[in-house]
Amino acid sequence: MNMTITEKILADHAGLESVKPGQLVNCKVDLALANDITAPISIKEFRRVGAKKVFDAERVVFVADHFAPNKDIESATQVKMVRDFANEFGVTHFYDGGRMGIEHTLLPEQGLVGPGDLVIGADSHTCTYGALGAFASGVGSTDLAAAMITGEAWYKVPETMLFNLTGKPKKWVGGKDVILYIIGKIGVDGALYKSMEYVGDMVKHLTQDDRFTICNMAIEAGAKNGIFAADDVTKEYVKGRFQRTPKYYSSDPDARYAEKFDIKADDIELQVAFPHLPSNTRPISRVGDVRVDQVVIGSCTNGRYSDLKTAAEIIKGKKVAKGVRLIVIPATPLICKQAANEGLFEIFLDAEAVVSTPTCGPCLGGHMGILAEGERALTTTNRNFRGRMGHPKSEVYLAGPAVAAATAIAGRICSPEDVL
Amino acid sequence: MSEKTFRGRAHLFGDNIDTDAIIPARYMVTSEPAELAKHVMEDADPDFAKNVRKGDVIVAKKNFGCGSSREHAPVAIKAAGVSCVIAKSFARIFYRNAFNMGLPIFESSDAPDKIKPGDELTVDMNTGVITNLTKNEKYVAAPIPEFMQKLIADGGLMASIKKKIS
Repeated sequence: MNMTITEKILADHAGLESVKPGQLVNCKVDLALANDITAPISIKEFRRVGAKKVFDAERVVFVADHFAPNKDIESATQVKMVRDFANEFGVTHFYDGGRMGIEHTLLPEQGLVGPGDLVIGADSHTCTYGALGAFASGVGSTDLAAAMITGEAWYKVPETMLFNLTGKPKKWVGGKDVILYIIGKIGVDGALYKSMEYVGDMVKHLTQDDRFTICNMAIEAGAKNGIFAADDVTKEYVKGRFQRTPKYYSSDPDARYAEKFDIKADDIELQVAFPHLPSNTRPISRVGDVRVDQVVIGSCTNGRYSDLKTAAEIIKGKKVAKGVRLIVIPATPLICKQAANEGLFEIFLDAEAVVSTPTCGPCLGGHMGILAEGERALTTTNRNFRGRMGHPKSEVYLAGPAVAAATAIAGRICSPEDVL
Repeated sequence: MSEKTFRGRAHLFGDNIDTDAIIPARYMVTSEPAELAKHVMEDADPDFAKNVRKGDVIVAKKNFGCGSSREHAPVAIKAAGVSCVIAKSFARIFYRNAFNMGLPIFESSDAPDKIKPGDELTVDMNTGVITNLTKNEKYVAAPIPEFMQKLIADGGLMASIKKKIS
C-alpha cells in the first residue's frame, strides 16, 4: 500500500482505501478542542450560522487554560461565554478551576485522546498528540467551529519527512533537546505544510513524555503534524487511561517520504534556543556567559511530572540565585498533587521558587511571570519570538528542564554538571 | 479597475513574522476586530497601526504568520484596512485562517524582494498579477488553489456549513 502512518489515519477517517500527498480529503474527527482564547470566536461563528447542536457533546472539549485562573475582567468574560455555551449544549468536557490543566497535557492524561485518533484543535500545539500515534493538527477558530458542527474537517494530505533517530541520548538530554536540535537543523519553516515522522532505535529510549515534547514543537518547524507510531511504551501509557478503543497504525515499509534525515544521539548535546526564533539553537557548550532574570519551568511542552522531577533532582538542597525568579508551573492538577505528595514542592519552595497552579500564563506573555523591558528569561516553553513573554524588548531563551533548573541555581545559562 | 483589484501602498516586513508580532497575546482578552486593529503588527513595527491606510498591502518574506493558531491575526490585519498580504510563503494555520476570514493572501517568490516600502501597488485577485505602479514592474503570484477558490466563491467555510445544516 506504500502509505505513511499519517496517510493511513487520514485515509481511514476520510473513508478511503488510500490517499496520497497533495490530495484534499474530508475527514471525520474524533475530538474537537478549543481554549479560552480560541473558543469564543468558534462559539460566535457557531451561533452566527444558526447551528442547533454540536456533532457529539462528548467529543467537544473546552479548556480554559491560557489566562486562567482568570487574570482580569475581560478574560473572565471570555471564559464565562465558553462555560455558558458548554452548559447550553451539554458539552461535558469543559475544564476550568481546579479541574483545569494545560490542554495538551490534560487531554492525554485524562485519556481523552489516544492512538489512531484524528484530533482537531484551535491551538497550534494540538500536534502534541502525535506522540500517541494519532493525527493531530492545529487550526483557527473558524475551522474548529465547522468541526464542532459537522464533526468533519478538510485537510490536504501532507508530504512526510522521516527522521531516523539513532543511539541512546546522553545524560540529561531529553525530548526538548532532540526537537530543538532538529529545528536548529531544518529551520522554523523546514517542515512547512509537512508531516514529521520519527522512527529509529533511539525511540525506545525516549519516554512517552519525551515524545509529547518532540511532537509538541512540530509546529515550531512549520509542520502540520508530528508523529510516532505507538509502541509498548505508548500502549502501556494509554492502558486503563484512554476512554475509547485505540487503533494502532504504522507506516508501510515502502511508504513514500519527501525527505529523510539521520539524527544521531551522539551529536545531541543539551540545547538552548537563543532569541528570537526556536531555530536559533546552540549546544550548551557554546552558550557563553548569559545571565538571566527569570526561569520558567512549565507549559504544554515541559510541564509534566517527569520535567518537574528532573528539575527537582538538580535543585534539591540549593537556592535560586540572588536576583533570579524561578517560576514552576505543573501542567495539570494531577501533576500538582503528585509533585506535592512526592516532596517536589518542598524542594522548589525551599529553593525559594514560585510554585503556581496550572496555566499557560507566562508562555504567551499572558500573566504569572511577565518580563519588563530589557529582562531576560530562560524557559522550558516553546516560543521565543520577540515579546512572547512580555515587553517587546525582553528576551526569551528556550531549553529543557535540566538546563532550566541549573540556570535558576547559577543565575546564568548552564548545564546541570555546573551546579551539581 | 475591477472590484477584485486592490490598490495601496506597500508595507515591508522580513522573514518569519509570527502571530505574536501580528497581534500580541496581551491584547487577546477580546476578539473585537476594531480593538485588535489598534495593535496590529505592533511588535514588528510600533507605528504600523498609525501609518496604515485603507487598501494598503503587507509585503513579507518567508513563513508569514508562523506560531500560534490565533485567528485574531488575520482579523486584526483585515480590520486595520489592509487589502491583502503578499509573501514568499505563509505558515499553514495562518493560510487557512486568512481564507476563512476573507483576507486575500498571495504567494510570490520574487515580488517581496523587488517591492520597496511605500511603492504603490495594484493586485488583481483573479489573476494574481501584482503591478508596481511606482517602479512600473509586474509580478505574478501563485494561483490560488482551485479548492480554496471554490471555498471563497461559496462565501467562505461557514457559509458552506450554513448551507449544509439549514
